[in-house]
Amino acid sequence: MSVTRSEVAKAYEKLQTQAKKKVESLKEKPLVTVGTATCGRASGALEIFNLFQEEIKKNGLDVNVMEVGCMGHCYAEPLVTIYKPGFPSLCYGSVDEGKAQRLINDYLINDDPCFEFAMAALEPNDFFPTFADYPRGVYEYKIVMELCGLINPEDIDHYIAHDGYAALVKVLNMDPDDVIEEIKNSKLRGRGGAGFPTGIKWELCRKAPGSPKYVICNADEGDPGAFMDRALLESNPHQMLEGLIIAAYAVGASQGYIYVRAEYPLAVTRLQTALDQARSKGLLGDSILGSDFSFDVKIFQGSGAFVCGEETALIASIEGKPGIPSHRPPYPATQGLHGKPTLINNVKTLSYVPHIIRKGAEWFKSIGTPESPGTAVFALAGKVKNTGLAEVPMGTTIRDLIFYVGDGIRDEKKFKAVQIGGPSGGCLPESALDLPIDFDSLQEAGAMMGSGGLVVLDEDDCMVEIARFFLDFTQKESCGKCTFCRLGTKQMLEILTDITKGKGNPEDIDLLWELAEDVKAGSLCGLGKTAPNPVLTTIRYFRDEYEAHVNEGRCPALMCKDLIMYYIIPEKCSKLCDVCIGSCPTEAIYTRPDMLKAIDQEKCVKCNSCLVACPPQYKAVIKISPPRPVEEGEMKQDE
Amino acid sequence: MSKEVKIIIDGKEIKAREGEKLLWVALDNGIYIPHLCAKRDAEKPDASCRLCFVEVEGMPNPVTSCTLPVKDGMVVRTRTPRVDRLVSTAFELLLSNHRLGCGKCPKNRSCELQTIAKERGLKLKLTRLRPLERDLPVDDSPQGFIYDPSRCVLCGQCVWVCHNKVGVGAIGFVRRGIERKMATFGEVPLAESRCTQCGECVEVCPVGALTKKEEDEKQAESA
Repeated sequence: MSVTRSEVAKAYEKLQTQAKKKVESLKEKPLVTVGTATCGRASGALEIFNLFQEEIKKNGLDVNVMEVGCMGHCYAEPLVTIYKPGFPSLCYGSVDEGKAQRLINDYLINDDPCFEFAMAALEPNDFFPTFADYPRGVYEYKIVMELCGLINPEDIDHYIAHDGYAALVKVLNMDPDDVIEEIKNSKLRGRGGAGFPTGIKWELCRKAPGSPKYVICNADEGDPGAFMDRALLESNPHQMLEGLIIAAYAVGASQGYIYVRAEYPLAVTRLQTALDQARSKGLLGDSILGSDFSFDVKIFQGSGAFVCGEETALIASIEGKPGIPSHRPPYPATQGLHGKPTLINNVKTLSYVPHIIRKGAEWFKSIGTPESPGTAVFALAGKVKNTGLAEVPMGTTIRDLIFYVGDGIRDEKKFKAVQIGGPSGGCLPESALDLPIDFDSLQEAGAMMGSGGLVVLDEDDCMVEIARFFLDFTQKESCGKCTFCRLGTKQMLEILTDITKGKGNPEDIDLLWELAEDVKAGSLCGLGKTAPNPVLTTIRYFRDEYEAHVNEGRCPALMCKDLIMYYIIPEKCSKLCDVCIGSCPTEAIYTRPDMLKAIDQEKCVKCNSCLVACPPQYKAVIKISPPRPVEEGEMKQDE
Repeated sequence: MSKEVKIIIDGKEIKAREGEKLLWVALDNGIYIPHLCAKRDAEKPDASCRLCFVEVEGMPNPVTSCTLPVKDGMVVRTRTPRVDRLVSTAFELLLSNHRLGCGKCPKNRSCELQTIAKERGLKLKLTRLRPLERDLPVDDSPQGFIYDPSRCVLCGQCVWVCHNKVGVGAIGFVRRGIERKMATFGEVPLAESRCTQCGECVEVCPVGALTKKEEDEKQAESA
């Protein structure tokens, strides 16, 4: 090392002193933060942000307004936090124009913190509960999401003030082999889905002959319903960047790439800002912090092909070739980008790295399970009350995650299954609820950790249709190179489509199973090898539903349109109401001579409008499967 | 020159060069393994047709022999229940997407699909799967040959030879998934592309997708 330890540390100390001063000065006066990650923006956070700015200006208030990222409470966006000296820092959920005006008038101008629509306080106080006082807070353990939603993702000083880049400073005074040893010791496993030990991957790349070496951050998050990487990049891009720089130092790379989908424009912008600021602070580029280590990063925007999340396809894409996978080995760690040793890690994996370096491998191993230490970030979606991002220790059961962190099933419906790991994962039934979530136990159950998508399904979800939905996705996203994936997924999709239409044959279920096994065993890349998982798990755990479709033409969840019909129960229908008639787009509902309403099945397109429109005091419209003529009075005893 | 190693394929001891791909070692020693996409001179195997599976002692799952470098003492079996199952499914999948009717095809009796069926006792018709036949227009714009994409098995032999042997690069793969096919840039007819009509692609086509016009006519007469 040509530079002494103190010089790098001194350079950093200077940066941090400045940063801390700047961040502390922010809170000397009231500060309003608005979560403007994509989830917030989708709920109108930018309008709320502008409103606060305008009103504060109009009223001549001495208040700072700042954009922050996503705390994970996506169900409660737009999320506003107000820090006011002398008051607890409070979060307010689902802030619309009205609430925003109240907060300005009552809280910022006067001193009423509007407890009535506060969600939680950020730190313990005598007035209002904190997030930790709710069931969700008990189960959550935030490592990579710790600063998300609290710091300004577009200002590097906010990250530095919270010890950001301190791990890099520590690493620059370490031998690269020791860095790898520390990551190996921590037993960190790749959060992209497969759970390969990160330290071993780094070691393979470091030891591989060839130069230059590359490091790539895989931010090609593409599972339907998964948005963990996006939230991390939009809320705290420097955390991942610090991990990437450390990885580069450890494996001996001088050039890095961030492969991010172009469909994440905000993440791309915030990453670009992060790179520019890191360069201007000397944390990226030539001789980082005055050391003899030089490294720079380019952003590569992917065009949104799901398969480009696969390492070899991702590399082909950066090289300017079609994003099509090739056979492994050789693995990218030995022969990757331009044939050179290349390390590819997921956004979350890299985001853990600074924490492990700062707090040590032993600390990391104290969280989670022995074989899968640390935490897992899940995107809760589907029929769960609190959708959003949750970070919990590995080993948390699915039950705790859904019923405590996610607050249970929406509309008091019954839980049926949980789809974990996106299109590559599987559907697990109620009996799997007490399964601890870690890489190995999920794999054993037929699902996989995947990137962390978790879709909760209730009694109204048809498992055959769910399998068809995910297979339709993978079939469309297949690159078409290998026989099993190109044609096998298509064959499976055809069979599934037939079953959901009531055209299935008894032997179809076994054929589907055989094909699924063969596609899994025979495909070239991870996409094809995992695409059958939703089919295999739904057959394994919900075979009776498949059989009902095939043998009885019945969809037990009343979801498959071809297998249901709508019916108005005469005994429940009010003669005086004709809401259903107005709601029907095809004029299929008519008034009988006795003034009751009935549905002309020939005209009905099963759009569900009448069922939604029928006033709750009647609930006269029902779905019946299989479709069949109904005798008057038959449905009388129901309910 | 890499060192000589001894391996066992189906009980037969075979000498080979270390690192050579198993598929070629087997074929050179008269042991048949089905294959369509493998190119001996290619730098990297495509491994896309998924027909050349074998089982190797010590490996948990069947592997494609075109990607497997031989190592000393390797024990290989080309026919096991698991291999046969994968090959028969891959083969039927290819058939489901291939216009059948060998009697009308100029490649009848010299088609690689027929060879595979014969060697492995597989039927040249669909037994379990449904037809996913494509109805794509035939390109008869070149003077000497015809391209019928509905018969193509996407092995990539033509593309490889056009790029790596002829050095023209008139054709490649376009589109994704089930729509993937061999085509010219912009999917214009071959005669309007940079294709020089050298006919090398026709020579390497293992099936009836690229055929000589004269053979096509002969077939039409006899049929």
